[in-house]
Amino acid sequence: MSYVTNLKCRECGQEYPISPLHVCETCFGPLEVGYDYAKIRAAISRATIERRAHNLWRYRELLPVEGEPEIGPFSGFTPLLRAERLGAELGIKKLYIKDDTVNHPTLSYKDRVVSVAISKAREFGFTTVSCASTGNLATAVAAHAARAGLNCVIFMPEGVETGKIVGSTIYGARVITIRGNYDDVNRLCSEIADKYGWAFVNINLRPYYTEGAKTFGFEVAEQLGWRTPDHIVLPTAGGTILPKVAKGFKELKEVGLLRDSEFKIHCAQAAGAAPVIHALHKGTDLITPVKPDTIAKSIAIGNPADGFYVLRAVRESGGWGDVATDPEIIEAIKLLACTEGIFAEPAGGTTLAVTMKLIAQKRIKPDESVVVSITGNGYKTVEAVAQSIEQPFVIEARLREFDALYERLGGTRRALAGAA
Amino acid sequence: MAVRVRVPTPLRRFTAGVDEVTAEGDSIKAVLEDLERRHPGMRERLLDDNGELRRFVNVYLNGDDIRFLNQLSSKVKDGDDISIVPAIAGGR
Repeated sequence: MSYVTNLKCRECGQEYPISPLHVCETCFGPLEVGYDYAKIRAAISRATIERRAHNLWRYRELLPVEGEPEIGPFSGFTPLLRAERLGAELGIKKLYIKDDTVNHPTLSYKDRVVSVAISKAREFGFTTVSCASTGNLATAVAAHAARAGLNCVIFMPEGVETGKIVGSTIYGARVITIRGNYDDVNRLCSEIADKYGWAFVNINLRPYYTEGAKTFGFEVAEQLGWRTPDHIVLPTAGGTILPKVAKGFKELKEVGLLRDSEFKIHCAQAAGAAPVIHALHKGTDLITPVKPDTIAKSIAIGNPADGFYVLRAVRESGGWGDVATDPEIIEAIKLLACTEGIFAEPAGGTTLAVTMKLIAQKRIKPDESVVVSITGNGYKTVEAVAQSIEQPFVIEARLREFDALYERLGGTRRALAGAA
Repeated sequence: MAVRVRVPTPLRRFTAGVDEVTAEGDSIKAVLEDLERRHPGMRERLLDDNGELRRFVNVYLNGDDIRFLNQLSSKVKDGDDISIVPAIAGGR
């Protein structure tokens, strides 16, 4: 049985039954899933959770699904690494990386939200699932839909790279490209969802989809020994994950799994797509859309509907946020790879680069614990850094040639030092 | 100046279930006022007490977000397409 009570408008509080509905009919505000926390508190304990399989469903009481979860049996419960070498570099003693570059099966945090959305699509009886995406979301929807035996249609803007189309079609999804940019595609999908009754994971299933993002926060708290970090830094695009991680921490306290839930949550955006940070720095609630221009494609959203909730969560927690330029993003990707052996996509580089700024601004202090959230894998976005790293040396297959190169590079120490 | 307006599901109870209606006006603001005359009740769903577009409502004029144009004062021509779309956020 589930502990879900209803859908509730985050703006005006109007309640709706659990259904594929995402917008309040009165004020257009977004709908959110409500739970019976008192009942959950009585049903859940740290020991119960710790005995369960290592996937996102170990927190099932706090997720909006009915029955035994079947989608995403290996999604979630990604590593939380103590990053000592990177920490030494940044002057932070307790630095952690929450590493969703190895989320199963599609290597990004989207495996969490999509597992919940597709579970719900099946419950509601949908046979076709869909989304507008050019990357991580498309791949996750296509892969999970394949395993669930659902039809899948992915909408992309015209002109995206072949690799991104392959990343969806390989799973049997149908890809439709639209003449326009990503925001145009999103708008069209909203109208298609309305007219054709398909399950768009991030539109009409959005209230359920976004709940999956809480598991990122649940895991961080459990992996830290059932406590929240002093600081957590997250990237912001549409505005899903950051407020949901904050909500997740608060829920753990509400149901008795955490003694307290003190944390500062910080927002990272790419300088070329930073409408939320502009509003945060200006001290306003009004988010002015921008036309995105950044190498961090996975977070290039100019008109984030949940940006307001990002601002609220950041301000409530006493957190802050900043932007990273494309060169700063690339340097941070390289630093993470060279110190911790983790290859992040540009969104991860953005998050680390902003963490470094917050440390420089003394908003994060050396003895405080910090979690840097890495939400996607760099192997999918090799082109973003390919021109910014050392190119290989080319020699003939003769020892003499290697001897010469070895001398030229200045002996063993320099030859092995690489470009780092 | 007649324009076509696409109406999203939450507003169709004001248009007897119709998903596209016509309205008149020389600016977005005038069109929304005309919509209110033709389909009473729509205005307060779209605009807040100060007459500004509600936070979660996006209005597109021929595919362009009016926040990038001249907001509610954006000029409208005969035959233009207007879409009212609830704000949605997705990841990419």
